[in-house]
Amino acid sequence: MKYLSYPGCSLRSTGRAYEESIVAVFKALEIEYEELKDWNCCGATSYVSIDETDAFALAARNLALAELQVAEGTINLIAPCSACYLVLSKTERYLEDYPDVRTNVNAKLDKAGLHYNGRVEVRHPLDVLVNDYGLEKISKRVKYPLKGLKVASYYGCQVVRPFAKFDHSHYPVTMDKLVQALGAEPVDWPLKTRCCGGSLTGTTQEAGLRLNRLLLKEAQKRGADIMLTCCPLCQHNLECYQERINRIYQEEIDIPVAYFTQLIGVALGLSEKELGMQRLFKKPSLEKFMHPKGEMAHA
Amino acid sequence: MLTAGEQSKTNTWEPRIVAFFCNWCTYTAADLAGVSRLRHAPNARIIRVMCSGRVDPQFILDAFSKGADGVLLGGCHPGDCHYMEGNYKALRRMRLLKRMLKDMGIEEHRFRLEWISASEGERIKTVINEMTEQVRTLGPLGLPKKFEEWDTEMEVLERTVNGKEEAVHA
Amino acid sequence: MHNYEQKEAVRIGFYICHCGHNIASIVDVKAVAEYVKSLPGVVVSCEYKYMCSDPGQELIQKDIHEHSLNRIIVASCSPLLHEHTFRTAVEKGGLNPYYFQMVNIREDVSWVHTDAKAATEKSKDLARAAVQRVFHHKALETKHVKIHPDVLIVGGGIAGIHAALTLANSGKKVFLVERQPTIGGHMAMFDKTFPTLDCAACILTPKMSQVKNHPNITLWTYSEVTKVDGYVGNYKITIKRKPRYINEELCVGCMDCIEKCVYKEGKTPDEFNVGLSKRKPVYIPFPQATPQIVLIDPEACIEFKSGRCKKTCVEACDRKAIDFNQKEEMKEIEVGTIILATGYHTFDAKRVPFYGYGKYPNVYTSLEVERLVNASGPTGGELILRDGRHPKTVGIIHCVGSRDKNTNRWCSRTCCMYSLKLAHLLKEHTEAEVYNFYIDIRAAGKSYEEFYDKLLDENVHFIRGRVAEVSDWAVRSSEEGKLIIRAEDTMIGIVRRIPVDMVVLAVGMEPQSDSQDVRRLFNISCSTEGFFLERHPKLAPVDTFTDGIFIAGACQGPKDIPDSVAQAGAAAAQALTLIDTGEIELEPNTAFVVQDDCSGCRTCLTICPYNAISRDEAKQKAFINEALCKGCGTCVAACPSGAIKQNLFEDEMIFSEINGLLENTPVVCC
Repeated sequence: MKYLSYPGCSLRSTGRAYEESIVAVFKALEIEYEELKDWNCCGATSYVSIDETDAFALAARNLALAELQVAEGTINLIAPCSACYLVLSKTERYLEDYPDVRTNVNAKLDKAGLHYNGRVEVRHPLDVLVNDYGLEKISKRVKYPLKGLKVASYYGCQVVRPFAKFDHSHYPVTMDKLVQALGAEPVDWPLKTRCCGGSLTGTTQEAGLRLNRLLLKEAQKRGADIMLTCCPLCQHNLECYQERINRIYQEEIDIPVAYFTQLIGVALGLSEKELGMQRLFKKPSLEKFMHPKGEMAHA
Repeated sequence: MLTAGEQSKTNTWEPRIVAFFCNWCTYTAADLAGVSRLRHAPNARIIRVMCSGRVDPQFILDAFSKGADGVLLGGCHPGDCHYMEGNYKALRRMRLLKRMLKDMGIEEHRFRLEWISASEGERIKTVINEMTEQVRTLGPLGLPKKFEEWDTEMEVLERTVNGKEEAVHA
Repeated sequence: MHNYEQKEAVRIGFYICHCGHNIASIVDVKAVAEYVKSLPGVVVSCEYKYMCSDPGQELIQKDIHEHSLNRIIVASCSPLLHEHTFRTAVEKGGLNPYYFQMVNIREDVSWVHTDAKAATEKSKDLARAAVQRVFHHKALETKHVKIHPDVLIVGGGIAGIHAALTLANSGKKVFLVERQPTIGGHMAMFDKTFPTLDCAACILTPKMSQVKNHPNITLWTYSEVTKVDGYVGNYKITIKRKPRYINEELCVGCMDCIEKCVYKEGKTPDEFNVGLSKRKPVYIPFPQATPQIVLIDPEACIEFKSGRCKKTCVEACDRKAIDFNQKEEMKEIEVGTIILATGYHTFDAKRVPFYGYGKYPNVYTSLEVERLVNASGPTGGELILRDGRHPKTVGIIHCVGSRDKNTNRWCSRTCCMYSLKLAHLLKEHTEAEVYNFYIDIRAAGKSYEEFYDKLLDENVHFIRGRVAEVSDWAVRSSEEGKLIIRAEDTMIGIVRRIPVDMVVLAVGMEPQSDSQDVRRLFNISCSTEGFFLERHPKLAPVDTFTDGIFIAGACQGPKDIPDSVAQAGAAAAQALTLIDTGEIELEPNTAFVVQDDCSGCRTCLTICPYNAISRDEAKQKAFINEALCKGCGTCVAACPSGAIKQNLFEDEMIFSEINGLLENTPVVCC
């Protein structure tokens, strides 16, 4: 199966490491994809609250473009950023379920010479890697099982809510299973889907940091060596404010936060550069957990 | 001449669907739809039989020839037949009938076989609504009228042939 | 016998019912009656407010006499509801009841359509179809079959027990078949019953022993029905009796063998204590188990697994009751009626992972707590948690697996009340603070609301709101080691975190996992959620669509003990009615072969699922045994020469119905 990818704005700015690691991992696993041509901003979650129809039209332009690019059949459009994933999924669902929304949006698209027919299925790379590619195949490709590494998988609010397309909306386990497939150990913690603060860290920082702190503190308390995220904003929030949180709340938080695709890449034996590891503020020290497969047998 | 679809737009034509429902599952489901007030299109008229296995393919052909635009056959789910396996017999017959209808030029959406259990009132509504819309898109089948036209054509043909023959003999 | 020549002119009486406003508010009944009057053969056509009422029926009878009517059509509700009523009325009017035809314009028209014009047109079409159909109707004889007086009851919970005793006390012979090694069902596992707080065992065990000792009851536990043949009044049932590896005749229930088993401690999770304790391979489910006979679990017994056990149990048994070679036994019985009381199954709390069942040891299901507070339970009634502590705070979460689109949408009806009961018992046992998290308190039963009031007085806390999660996420040091319940308190509009020591999940009631198999075995229906479907939700709540089979208790839907007992009594009464009537009328809708038309091709022989068709080799003709024919009509549709006919559903009748429905199809013009 061939995929279309929709990087979205974040993956070209703060989330570059996310895109780099996705590209590297897909290449290593020989997953074929091409980028959606002439894509535009999904509108994020903010536009929907201003004008729903316009917001749907903006997002739907990407879906219509996907249909232009792929002539036939169902199109799997990969959206790695949680906000993009949610907005595009929501647009896809609303256009499917509500004929009046479909008519209005298509009327707007029509002005740009576009039309959406409903062939797109929006997918998250986590879903694609675990459910399409498969854990067993990933396991087989792992060169450096991350034995002993304790990982707190953090899903955030948007990938499983409100559309629980590939996992439970309150108790997702996809990333935890992936972590196991990489030889590492998932940490059981109850805050997997609690909000990271989202854009509040930039607007009402006090509120944002309070939420942020709860996550970091609990992950560290449960002995996690690293937190994994699947969203550029979550990654940014969790990684960048640790010192400020420590200062304000007198905490001692110090935990690296990486993209799940980066950890896959490390286990597959890809270079740090390829995975954009140098872009992380807190570089995780994973070497001590990396045991080449051959050595494992002797250990 | 207008196509069937265009005709349906210009007239107040409404699809007519004859529905054969088995007593134990589908007819009971229709009763449940009634009791639950599940509003649906008024285009289907139900004929109750004891079992979908009782439905002779001739009933379906007859309904089409008398002016039905669609025929719906409802029975119990496979394995649930009140008479053990009547629905399997129906399935076998209807598979064959579907091929025949295709050869006759009757569109496949005009005939539908559905398994609807006694608890699936909701399904009655969905199926009847769906089928009504599908048949509406197809337009009237209008077999009685076509039969008339064909009869006229035959008569004309006969007259022409007779005329030519007479001319030859003359 | 079958008269094809209609000598007499057909004179039809057509009656359309208003059914109050039910039909008349949508269908223009006057217009339909007026229209039908114009159809050939119709002598009388009129409308009436309630055709099923006495005056309505008398109207038909009067017209039969005055106008010499010989066909009657009533357009009203579903024939499944009132066909019998009108046939009887017609018969009382001096006409053969099968000259009657019913037109359904309520369930199929007025209740499901909103467009009055379309509904009226549809009613006219249906009426015309019936008018054309009745021309082909014939006088038929009603068939009767004898009812075998014995009854099979499947399921030995409180419903099955009550039905069995009711029937047995009225002198009928009952076979009670139970899958488990003992009767008693879920009720035997409960500690107390709401709202009276009667001890469940104290009120149940006397009934259990009555069942065991009743001369009219044959009790087969550890047995399952495997085959059901026949029809109302004449069912042939095959029952598999699973081997207990104990001779039931010899065992006296002294339990010496259990004590002497080579296992000093039990190793297998005890089913009766829902896994909270362990039992040995040779065991008795619980002290008052009925019958009082031990059994051996071959999955756990060393002798079965390796064949090298010292067999100390055999030595211990004076009566030589242990028999490792016992085989399963098949029993065949004949009964006339069947009552299914197969009960329910509790919701698997693991399906709601965010409540932590199976993950946090101190999260319990309600059924586990019943055992935990019971004096003969795994801890002797002392409330010790899985981690050895005594709880100081307890949270009871209502509606787990009920009223939830993600799991089961229905209300399980019993959880509110048993949660209140458990709250009371937990407080009584531990003096703990008890929090109930509820959506609504549904205390709709005699003395139930008063019980709720009593709990409020006992200072049990009630928080109205669905619980989001149970976790071990301690924010403060005082919360360490506790379970944190997060829920919205909708009364004060905030999200609360309540740390507790023990969580009780009030799990809902579900159909038994094999209810679909059982339904197929007995040829009855299930409703969408999988509970057995009653014939009518209000007026035939214990009947099924299969004559002679009745349902009682939670297999029909969630219900508490009083309701199960009431329903069991009703099912027993329905069975008694049939038995005491001695016979039942059958639809004369059987098929027959018109001998002159039969070509002897054999097509029909294999198609009949009841082997009702045989071939007379001398005459080279097929012949249908009317007694075996169930009236499905499959052979009729299959006969290539049209030699088979089905009474009430002859080809001519159906063709005329088709013709009638479509006769005034408007011609489409261009």
